[in-house]
Amino acid sequence: MEAGEKDGVLLSAFLSGQVYSPLIEFKNVTKEFPGGVQALKGVSLTIKDGEFVVIVGLSGAGKSTLLRCLNRLVEPTSGQIIIDGVDVTAAKAAELRKVRTQIGMIFQSFNLVKRSSALRNVLSGRLGSMSTLDSLLGNFSKEDIAVALEALARVEIEDKANFRADQLSGGQQQRVSIARALAQQPKIILADEPVASLDPPTSHVVMGDLKRINRELGITTIVNLHFIDLAQQYAERIIGLRGGQLVYDGPAADVDEKTFEMIYGRSIRKEDLRGGDDE
Amino acid sequence: MKGRRVLGYVGFVLFLVTVWWSTTGLDINWERVMTGLPGAAAIVNLMFPPNWGYAGDVGGRLIETIHIAIVGTSIGAILAIPFGFLAAINVSRSRLMVGFGKSLLNAIRTFPELLLAIVIMRGVGPGAFAGVLAMGVHSIGMLGKLYAEVVEGIDPGPVEALQSTGANRIQTIWYGIIPQVLPDFASYALYRLEINIRAASVLGLVGAGGIGIPLLFNLRARIWDKVGMILLGIIVVVTIVDYGSAYLRKRIV
Amino acid sequence: MSGGLHNMDRLREERRSWFYFAIGIAIYGWSIYGVGFDPIDLVRGLPAMGNLFARMWPPDLAYVPTILPAFLETIKIALLSTVVGGLLAIPIILLAARNINRTIWLVYTVKAFLNLVRTLPDMLLAAIFVAALGVGALPGVMALAIFSFGIIAKLTSESTEAIDPGPIEAMEAVGARKLQVIHFAVVPQILPQFVAYCLYVFEINIRVAAVLGLVGAGGIGRLLLRDMNLLRYPQALTIIIATFVLVAGLDFFSTKLRERLI
Repeated sequence: MEAGEKDGVLLSAFLSGQVYSPLIEFKNVTKEFPGGVQALKGVSLTIKDGEFVVIVGLSGAGKSTLLRCLNRLVEPTSGQIIIDGVDVTAAKAAELRKVRTQIGMIFQSFNLVKRSSALRNVLSGRLGSMSTLDSLLGNFSKEDIAVALEALARVEIEDKANFRADQLSGGQQQRVSIARALAQQPKIILADEPVASLDPPTSHVVMGDLKRINRELGITTIVNLHFIDLAQQYAERIIGLRGGQLVYDGPAADVDEKTFEMIYGRSIRKEDLRGGDDE
Repeated sequence: MKGRRVLGYVGFVLFLVTVWWSTTGLDINWERVMTGLPGAAAIVNLMFPPNWGYAGDVGGRLIETIHIAIVGTSIGAILAIPFGFLAAINVSRSRLMVGFGKSLLNAIRTFPELLLAIVIMRGVGPGAFAGVLAMGVHSIGMLGKLYAEVVEGIDPGPVEALQSTGANRIQTIWYGIIPQVLPDFASYALYRLEINIRAASVLGLVGAGGIGIPLLFNLRARIWDKVGMILLGIIVVVTIVDYGSAYLRKRIV
Repeated sequence: MSGGLHNMDRLREERRSWFYFAIGIAIYGWSIYGVGFDPIDLVRGLPAMGNLFARMWPPDLAYVPTILPAFLETIKIALLSTVVGGLLAIPIILLAARNINRTIWLVYTVKAFLNLVRTLPDMLLAAIFVAALGVGALPGVMALAIFSFGIIAKLTSESTEAIDPGPIEAMEAVGARKLQVIHFAVVPQILPQFVAYCLYVFEINIRVAAVLGLVGAGGIGRLLLRDMNLLRYPQALTIIIATFVLVAGLDFFSTKLRERLI
């Protein structure tokens, strides 16, 4: 796009209240870890605002690295990542933090502060938009607390707000974790194997929550999964990684067992399925 | 395998030789031990019954001893915190700082507390203040090392999560690291209090305040029933502090 | 929401926490006053301390051969008292472990006795023994032996109570006598821990032995006190540095040994 065209698109997008589309762009992103391991090899893809994308692949295929490059928890070796018009790969510290406040992340091991209450954990999602002094004093505004409580309510766990995180079950902890991401009022939610530590019924609850949030709030959601049945059930679009390379990108409806075998590079085994669908 | 066994035996023999060597050259021989033990027993006998009338004076000095232990330990407990972070590999900014921090802490730990008290007394004069300072500095060394181990053992997960929300470094430390380490810090500090209450009672032996001062005086004057009273007071205070500390430490977990 | 009831409890808890906090501050303030804590004194005293260091530097290295015997005496005291303390502890350990000594009242009596012994600071014992037996290394060794005995006995007996009961049960089942049970089922499990605790106590004793001389109980401390009183500061610094090296060296050696035991 030329400069003039770009301004034109931005202007019309601004006027119509739409976000610059696509929301996320990966341009030939490569990540090489010290020791020579190439986790990502020239990955390019775009994600539109409001999409629900599931990334599948074997362990070590690069799913986690891809997600972490988005908010630069991992530094890409080369390539560009553009989020909402901002070049994330070139952003300096302060700008990077601003971008991160717009991205909520959920982890396989929940990553809550065990000794703090659920509410406090969720409130820590507001830190990015608070001054350091206010943070040290614990000076959360009424709006902050309201946002946090609403986030807890959205994942139906408001009654556990004052419980210590380590007093909650795995599924409840993950929902607190989702609430923490929601409290940021983000544009994007990243979920790195969110259900790998949960039992089958709870996995479906959590995936259902993520899907519902995507629909009701319009938050772009990218989920890493290695359970292919969950991927097929919840994804709109499936991206397949193998050996650090993009090998599949298409609607979930078009995906069948053969596609997965191609992505995995082997036949499907029992441990690739989650099972335990409720009802 | 056999080589290790031989090494074990050789080591053991060397050990026995070293122990035998230790008994030489000291002015210890069976005669002295034989006369010494009954002598000690006789004196222990003289300590009971303790001089109850002396209890008032003892009480005052014991309170000063407790004061020394409280202030000294808290100085150490608080000032050791930055050292704990400085000397922790996973938090500190450079490996040089970690090395420097750990070396400094080791240096402080190896320096005997009583010696430190003597040196400090040259500056601020004899009394409890010197004792507090010596105890504080020594405790920084002892607690700093333990704190660093705690920091190095934290779960990095919550820290990563906070970074991903856009929190800056200070916010990440305050909300992600501090809640993890504070209970363990407090636990170590309370344990240090148990050790320091004993150390505080000894400081007086070199003049740095507390119950040690009247103890030294009465020992030199051989007033055994007063010594007995002092000992009784020390035992009571140390036991109370021990129980209190153990109780609080259980509550923290 | 059930927020109403929760809020009442939380309010009461918070008020209680503030109450304890206020008490804590009060005690703390009293303590600071009680010890005569005066930062101004400290600042005024710093030049005097600096002066002291200036007069100590540089250390008199030619002094080293003279103090060598006293040094060796310090090591001997530390070693001997640890060994004696450890040996004395062995029977008591067996008496204080609930899974070996089945006579409950005896176990608790012994545990109480050990707690009593452990309340007495090492230097205190040394001062008392010096007053009783006169100056020299003997009171030092006796005092530290008792001190070591207390710690080793308590730590080892607690570890003994935590060992795997399987071998003990097995041996009792085949009708072995108490001593055989101990020899075959307990000792192999507890021996590494026992030695580790002895080394730990040795590390403590080495530091104490270095200052025992301050109360007349032998070792390098006696010479240090004498030199400080005679204003022979460079010599005193030599002793301080040498003590430092000694403690650091033996610490390192002992830590390495302990690592190999685990």
